[in-house]
Amino acid sequence: MSTTTATGPVTHGLMSTVWYNARRYPLGVAGAIIMIVFVLSAIFATWVAPLDPFSTNAKASLAAPGGTYLMGADMMGRDVFSRLIHGARVSLAVAIGATMIGSGVGAAVGLACGYIGGWFDLLVQRVTEVFQALPLLVMALVITASLGPSLRNTIIAIAIPLIPIVSRVIRSNVLSLREMPYVEAAKATGMSEWRVAIIHVLPNTLAPLIVLATAQLGSTILTEASLSFLGLGVPEPYPSWGRMLSESAAEYVRTAPWLVIYPGLAISLVVFGSNLLGDALRDALDPRQRD
Amino acid sequence: MAPVLEVSGLTTVFHTRRGLVQAVQDVSFSVEAGETLAIVGESGCGKTITALSLMRLIPQPPGEIVSGSVKLDGTDLLRLSEPEMRKMRGGKIAMIFQEPMTALNPLMTIGKQITEMVMLHDGLPKAAARTRAVEMLYHVRIPEPERRAKEYPHQMSGGMRQRAMIAMALACKPKVLVADEPTTALDVTIQAQILDLIGDLQREFGTAVVLITHDLGVVAETAQRVVVMYAGRKVEEASVEDLFANPLHPYPRGLLGSIPRVGSARGLDVSPDERLREISGMVPALNDLPPGCAFAPRCTQADDKCRSQIPPFELKQPNHFAACWQA
Repeated sequence: MSTTTATGPVTHGLMSTVWYNARRYPLGVAGAIIMIVFVLSAIFATWVAPLDPFSTNAKASLAAPGGTYLMGADMMGRDVFSRLIHGARVSLAVAIGATMIGSGVGAAVGLACGYIGGWFDLLVQRVTEVFQALPLLVMALVITASLGPSLRNTIIAIAIPLIPIVSRVIRSNVLSLREMPYVEAAKATGMSEWRVAIIHVLPNTLAPLIVLATAQLGSTILTEASLSFLGLGVPEPYPSWGRMLSESAAEYVRTAPWLVIYPGLAISLVVFGSNLLGDALRDALDPRQRD
Repeated sequence: MAPVLEVSGLTTVFHTRRGLVQAVQDVSFSVEAGETLAIVGESGCGKTITALSLMRLIPQPPGEIVSGSVKLDGTDLLRLSEPEMRKMRGGKIAMIFQEPMTALNPLMTIGKQITEMVMLHDGLPKAAARTRAVEMLYHVRIPEPERRAKEYPHQMSGGMRQRAMIAMALACKPKVLVADEPTTALDVTIQAQILDLIGDLQREFGTAVVLITHDLGVVAETAQRVVVMYAGRKVEEASVEDLFANPLHPYPRGLLGSIPRVGSARGLDVSPDERLREISGMVPALNDLPPGCAFAPRCTQADDKCRSQIPPFELKQPNHFAACWQA
């Protein structure tokens, strides 16, 4: 058990740690590649997209995939492929932004509730329950309606309903971690409560947090789609995957299935990639998995 | 020599839904530098709560230290503010725990955990603190301390982890080490090594040790003086030799009688057929103590006085105290 660590990453630098884990988790590498490709194409959308995502062409209305229109064209003759690439900006910004804000704040709230306990926990939990009583979409609707439609407000609107979900899981995790002997031992070494919470308890909640966050990524993309469909997301004509999917799903699923298939595929790929990456990260960050 | 640690009248209670639980009542003892005092008793008699009270690690609420004093080099720990107490914990008074398997953070290397603590108390820069951590691992006889410092707890055996815990506890050269059942979770052979190690380090650093245990074999091997606790109270205090040769209170007498031994057991009231004797009955619930001596319901010699009046803790023989009407 002890001798196998010679090959472990503990003694080496960052790059070799990454390389070591990359060889151990090939699926995680696949996930990382998917995510990198999407993020890069979102950032450099203007250069990557072959056509202008906004220019309409009546002659190419509902053109089938192939030729100029790699993934076909929509009813207004806009290139689906180019719109997907530009749509990645909105969808990824919303998905990653909302998930990170929601998980970060949720983890902080959960840590505080679980660790402090008492009346503070009681109070925050009741507020959380009120939030949870409302469906995610309704909450997001109310928030965007009051803040007004914009990318930033969409991210906030989707992040807030995530907070109770994440904080509940982290809280219950912290409740059990708080009783671990090493937490008491850390207090016995004279550490302050906050220090114990942050360096001994929080890192131990990372595994469920990563799993939860990657699982939420897909639902945030779909929530954004619903919001956009209702006119409360990112304003038209800027494309987002969710809206491309929801706008065409009912009308064109039989006549022009590429309008549904490709945005759906993009969403699935991102969710799949982030799940693969999340699983690998969770394992790679846990030293108990290294032997 | 003046005692390093002087505990007097320590009383800790828990406010529970089923009433007030008096976990520790009026417990006093003192320990000198380099000395080992053992606190023995069975589960639920208040040993661990006594230890946690010394560290002021009783969860509050529901726990509360209602009276008494814990003087460390003349400073009453119970009167310190929480930030002042934090400086004491780990710095002047350290503790090692029963569960070496779970008393170390699984996500942090052994070296880092010791380094954190040294930086916290001695204000050393990281590199120096790290050197100290490796030194301490060397002191507790962990082979290849440089490499071991970079390992995580799960890569070590139980004995190794307990050594690492001891290294951490002693890294800031505390005056007092509270060891709560430090060997209970370990193999017998490892137990002996760990006890030897604590003894050696104690001589080297002049640490006073408060050893909490239920194992009288461990007491005989390591302690100079013993406090026997029952139902939250002290029932006997004596030197190890006196206690083993001449236990006054029927509870420690029963404890000694329930240890298996090779050959005959002269001088102890072991039953004639040399069978192992157990103490019948159970420890009373601490929120429902009998009116008199707490041990009376299990005691073979108890009379009406025992059942109605709490016996005072008094000097019965030179340097030998007990709380028993019959002794």
